[in-house]
Amino acid sequence: MAVIAFREALNQAMREEMQRDETIFLMGEEVGAYNGAYKVTKGLLDEFGPKRVLDTPITELGFTGLGVGAAMTGLRPIVEMMTFNFSLLALDEIVNCAAKMLYMSGGQLGVPMVVRGPGGAGHQLAATHSQALESWFCHIPGLKVVTPSTPADAKGLLKSSIRDNNTVIFIESEVLYGLKGEVPEGEYTIPLGVADIKRPGNDVTLIAHAKMVHVALEAAEELEKEGIDAEVIDPRTLRPLDTETILQSIRKTNRAVVVEEGWPFCGIGAQVVDTIQHQAFDYLDAPILRVTGIDVPMPYSKPLEHLHAPDKARVMDAVHRVTYKN
Amino acid sequence: MASRVLMPKGSDTMTEGKVLKWLKNEGEQVANGDPLVEIETDKVDMEVESMASGVLRKVLVSAGETVPVGQMLAVIGKAEEDISSLISSNGGAPAAKAPAEPKEAPAAQPVQPAAAAPALQPAAPTPAATGGRILASPLARRIARDAGLDLASIQGSGPGGRIIRRDVESATAAGAPSAPSPQFAPQGPEFRDEPLSQMRKTIAQRLAQSLGPIPHFYLTIDVDMKKAKELRESANKLIPDLKLTYNDIIVKACAVALTQHPDVNASFTGNAIRYHNRIHLGIAVAIEGGGLITPVVRDCNLKTLQQISSESKDLIARARTRKLKPEEYTGGTFSVSNLGMLGIVEFSAVINPPEGAILAIGSVEEKPVVENGQITIGYRCRMTLSCDHRVVDGATGAKFLQTLQQILENPLLMAL
Repeated sequence: MAVIAFREALNQAMREEMQRDETIFLMGEEVGAYNGAYKVTKGLLDEFGPKRVLDTPITELGFTGLGVGAAMTGLRPIVEMMTFNFSLLALDEIVNCAAKMLYMSGGQLGVPMVVRGPGGAGHQLAATHSQALESWFCHIPGLKVVTPSTPADAKGLLKSSIRDNNTVIFIESEVLYGLKGEVPEGEYTIPLGVADIKRPGNDVTLIAHAKMVHVALEAAEELEKEGIDAEVIDPRTLRPLDTETILQSIRKTNRAVVVEEGWPFCGIGAQVVDTIQHQAFDYLDAPILRVTGIDVPMPYSKPLEHLHAPDKARVMDAVHRVTYKN
Repeated sequence: MASRVLMPKGSDTMTEGKVLKWLKNEGEQVANGDPLVEIETDKVDMEVESMASGVLRKVLVSAGETVPVGQMLAVIGKAEEDISSLISSNGGAPAAKAPAEPKEAPAAQPVQPAAAAPALQPAAPTPAATGGRILASPLARRIARDAGLDLASIQGSGPGGRIIRRDVESATAAGAPSAPSPQFAPQGPEFRDEPLSQMRKTIAQRLAQSLGPIPHFYLTIDVDMKKAKELRESANKLIPDLKLTYNDIIVKACAVALTQHPDVNASFTGNAIRYHNRIHLGIAVAIEGGGLITPVVRDCNLKTLQQISSESKDLIARARTRKLKPEEYTGGTFSVSNLGMLGIVEFSAVINPPEGAILAIGSVEEKPVVENGQITIGYRCRMTLSCDHRVVDGATGAKFLQTLQQILENPLLMAL
């Protein structure tokens, strides 16, 4: 298997799908001539030409609406957000049009569109450019939300997202674009809604998505030295959420810590905790704890930015508490 | 830090216990889990394991003495540690300040299943019990419930004294007391001025509880045991080691009849009638040297005659020598009492609270009976059902007995 970077895995997924199906087209700011702000779309304009790779003006609401219309009439658009912070401008098209069209047309008009791009904090991009907004989209019935953590997952999940007949919000992570990993070549998909056990364990379940998977894995490695055997579950798709894999793990470990980059209030972890307490109440030996970003806008200062994000130490501290080891 | 060794609450009905023998001497090294002291509870003699490691610094209650549950028995600590304040701090045992015992409750007080009655019991030293609420994780509660353990008797090691999985598991391993603790005994005053054993005390208390507040009534039926006799003889011929008894057959028949009459497999809880989903049959067993106990064969409806037979043989043998674990004589939902082997033709038994009914079985008698207008030799057995009228009405009990009779007269029904 080839070892490639996260961004190349995404690039492969789009290239292979566009070769397979000519109704697929890509648009967004700087996706063509500039090869993408983060070089995810490198070479696609050369290969597929300006009819299928479109550089748009800085008009998120406009081009997302164009995507909705194209999807309703039979095309399969991939809309790139330069960052998901800019998707806030396109929310009316995403929430009120894309997510609801199939429902409001009585099943006649679906919107098979992928909205993708980086989410979460980068490096000192400050308050307005450092947000993990996945819980916003997860809140909306009619949307699927995918957050890959590895190059292999990125490729398999993006191909499935493009083939899905619903609107899929596909949130990447700027700081993971350079992450390298083994990726199967050619035809290879991962079904949406299926979690992956990134590390099996027996003593505590860590549930984390996107780049927090790596924080959880680091913590698990350190915890192993203390004799705590942590299981790390990456839901991969946040909506629909693979609750069964999570519940199976809880029934085994009897305790859980949910890790996410975003803010705590109404975050992804709030939903996961609700699912667990409701469906595995009798299996819990400790309250479920969450490790999240701090409940303030992201500071520009580098040391403060580091304090904001969940890290190994905070995850370990939560694990010590749920395992009564402190 | 030094730790106190307390008189444990060995069963739900235990209020005091007797130190039989210290297994370690003062000054001896003790490890967590070492057998430390042998005590006599109201039900059994048991070894208490040490919950701490260190040196057995001071023994405060010597062998032969009886003290309330919760009283300090000894101190374990480091060799040089000062334990004087720990000893003086324990002036009065917690149990001494406990509320009135259940038997002193007003007569109108319904008999509660023991699991719901921690408030009635003298408080065991449980820091987890805060404001009447026992702090325990959902998992710990479930494990304790499945094992029939009473959370009130378990010490929590989590934050604020929360009982967590490891606490319940170590209590299970140590054979901690379990929830409901039915007892059954013939009524009778003590004629000789002989000191009461813990068991005899409990029997007396439970009997008063039962015949006092429970409105008993009795239904008797005559059962033709000819086919049951044939079943017993041919089964024992086929499997000589089986040694199937009438009692085994009757226990199985009761379980089958109870599945058809779930309203007899029920308890009165004070403000509800609790219908038990599982069928656990208690078998009253006389104990050598006096007293009796009711070991429980669980899920009788799901077990074969052979399983019931071998399980009850084992339980009865150990009951006679007081070797039962608490979880083996608690939690019954219906009981049988058989005095047939002593030549008793018919009697009525006292209900074993919180159960709703008990079946008293007389001897299987060979006697002339009339069948199809002919006098012939038959095998008859009289059975009397004592019912708690708050749970089981006359017709309900009668229908149950009718089904039981039908099953025993056609034992094939047990296999269908």
